[in-house]
Amino acid sequence: MADAAAESEMPRSGSNVSLAERAYRIRRHAVRMGEVQGQGYVGQALGIADVLAVAYFHALRYRPDETLWEKRDRFLLSIGHYAIALYAALIEAGVLPEEELETYGTDDSRMPMSGMAACTPGMEITGGSLGHGLGIAVGMCLGLKRKQSDSFVYNLLSDGELGEGSTWEAAMSAAHHKLDNLIAIVDFNNQQADGPSTATLSSEPVTDKFEAFGWHAQRVDGNDIEAVRAAFDIARDLREPRPRIIVCDTRMAKGVPFLEAREITHFIRVEPDEWTLALEALEKGRRQ
Amino acid sequence: MRLSKFEPRQAVIAGERKTTSAMIASIAPDGIPTRSAPFGHTLARLAHHRNGIVGLTADLAKYTDLHVFAQEHPDRFYQMGMAEQLLMSAAAGMAREGFTPFATTYAVFASRRAYDFICMAIAEEKLDVKIVCALPGLTTGYGPSHQATEDIAIFRGMPNLTIIDPCDAIDIEQATEAIADHKGPVYMRLLRGKVPVVLDGYDYRFEIGKARLLREGADVLFISSGLMTMRVLEAAKALEADRIRSAVLHVPTIKPLDNERILAAARRPGRLVVVAENHTCIGGLGEGVASLLMREGVTPVFRQIALPDEFLDAGALPTLHDRYGVSTAEVVRRIREWTSK
Repeated sequence: MADAAAESEMPRSGSNVSLAERAYRIRRHAVRMGEVQGQGYVGQALGIADVLAVAYFHALRYRPDETLWEKRDRFLLSIGHYAIALYAALIEAGVLPEEELETYGTDDSRMPMSGMAACTPGMEITGGSLGHGLGIAVGMCLGLKRKQSDSFVYNLLSDGELGEGSTWEAAMSAAHHKLDNLIAIVDFNNQQADGPSTATLSSEPVTDKFEAFGWHAQRVDGNDIEAVRAAFDIARDLREPRPRIIVCDTRMAKGVPFLEAREITHFIRVEPDEWTLALEALEKGRRQ
Repeated sequence: MRLSKFEPRQAVIAGERKTTSAMIASIAPDGIPTRSAPFGHTLARLAHHRNGIVGLTADLAKYTDLHVFAQEHPDRFYQMGMAEQLLMSAAAGMAREGFTPFATTYAVFASRRAYDFICMAIAEEKLDVKIVCALPGLTTGYGPSHQATEDIAIFRGMPNLTIIDPCDAIDIEQATEAIADHKGPVYMRLLRGKVPVVLDGYDYRFEIGKARLLREGADVLFISSGLMTMRVLEAAKALEADRIRSAVLHVPTIKPLDNERILAAARRPGRLVVVAENHTCIGGLGEGVASLLMREGVTPVFRQIALPDEFLDAGALPTLHDRYGVSTAEVVRRIREWTSK
């Protein structure tokens, strides 16, 4: 009975809001937060919104009003600067109230610029020092197995983060310990602080590397919601005793064409008058 | 000053040669009572009634006495391989899932290599991880790669972290139990293998954050931690022959310091205050005590017995302890020097 009750908690059952609409709303929340600060990692948030829509409205098991629910799937955000994207998803998921969006990055907000576990419900770890998330995920997966839990641990990494050696310690360990409750997601937007990640410290061929490390690896267009959904399903339903990874090729600033076309940088510049234009562009994309 | 590597060592070839101490040498001189693997045995015993305890190591179970726990609780032992960053992250993950991980490695690797992971994944979140590390200070003859001469200096600046430097087998046994009960992250320096038993002769009980006065004396106040407490107790006895009366305040918790007892002892007039630690003179107990005394306007004559601000030599531990001033004989010699002026 407990399991049946748990099933009913899954947002993926029973909602008639499409994943595309969820992704649109996540983008909209992120742009509005960007406007509050006048800056931010909006490009990344727009790029990963489709993946987060699938995660929070198809794949993850959680209770919006009980973020420490023992039977939840854990979602670890390694990349602390993507906090704006996760806040947007958590707002859409009902974990955070929409009106707090306006506090993003302001003093005493529950939504600091870089994700911190101590600040935000639903933020499982403190990210930002890259290369931590996958190792923590390994420990949580081992712990969940000790507790005979069927929860999954999801860890969202970035392509740049794959340069951190600790990520590969964790990758080796996850396969060694046969962590079939671990699903890593890499946002491959080919952009890091100093330029394209493939020109900075290339992780390619990335799926080959993870396969060689003993993982089940998939690579999809991270802005193709159906492809992302299918990949999440395969990762979750796989009956193989090994960790899974989904490499998602995403486009920075996806959904706002004039930002997509801008010279892509890690930290996209948005002029004060452009936030409204960005919201209008999103709305236009939604109607199409 | 190191000798030039380009100079042949005729004197060493001709002289009496002392060989390098084993990686994990016993610091117990012959004839002194010891206990075997006090940390491993205590943790294995505690785990019988504390279900949350798990043990993790980075390929150093045998060298941190965690193998005793692993043998008794094989399903609760996690071999993480030679990957200290992972060791700390995974321990953080286990703590997040409600367990009390004891993570072991050498002090050099925890402090130098895994610092960011301890800091951000464990300490910032006040997670219940106990980091227990062998080879603190100068307890191996293998040279700077294994001598954690600055581990306390590295860790003292980390918020939320409790730092323990126990003296002997009794201290380790009691501290292991205390840190298992303590909520929050702890770094404990470990003596492993056959560990001397010293504190049974004193009215002693380990308590986190508490210093203990082990003996009184009117001329010198030793404030010490770790194995240097053994050394200053021996030195205090030897100095009785010189009619130098020494008090010993053992400070096994480096952070938070027991300000109250340290100040009370240091305020007593007329005593030379000597802080003795198995650690570089920079950033450890000595500087912690000095800044406390300065802040409180307590200004006794103050001296430090500590390792020099250098990368130390490899070699035999007795040689090195003499060379760097932390052997009992060297402590005695320096106290005589300081009190004769």
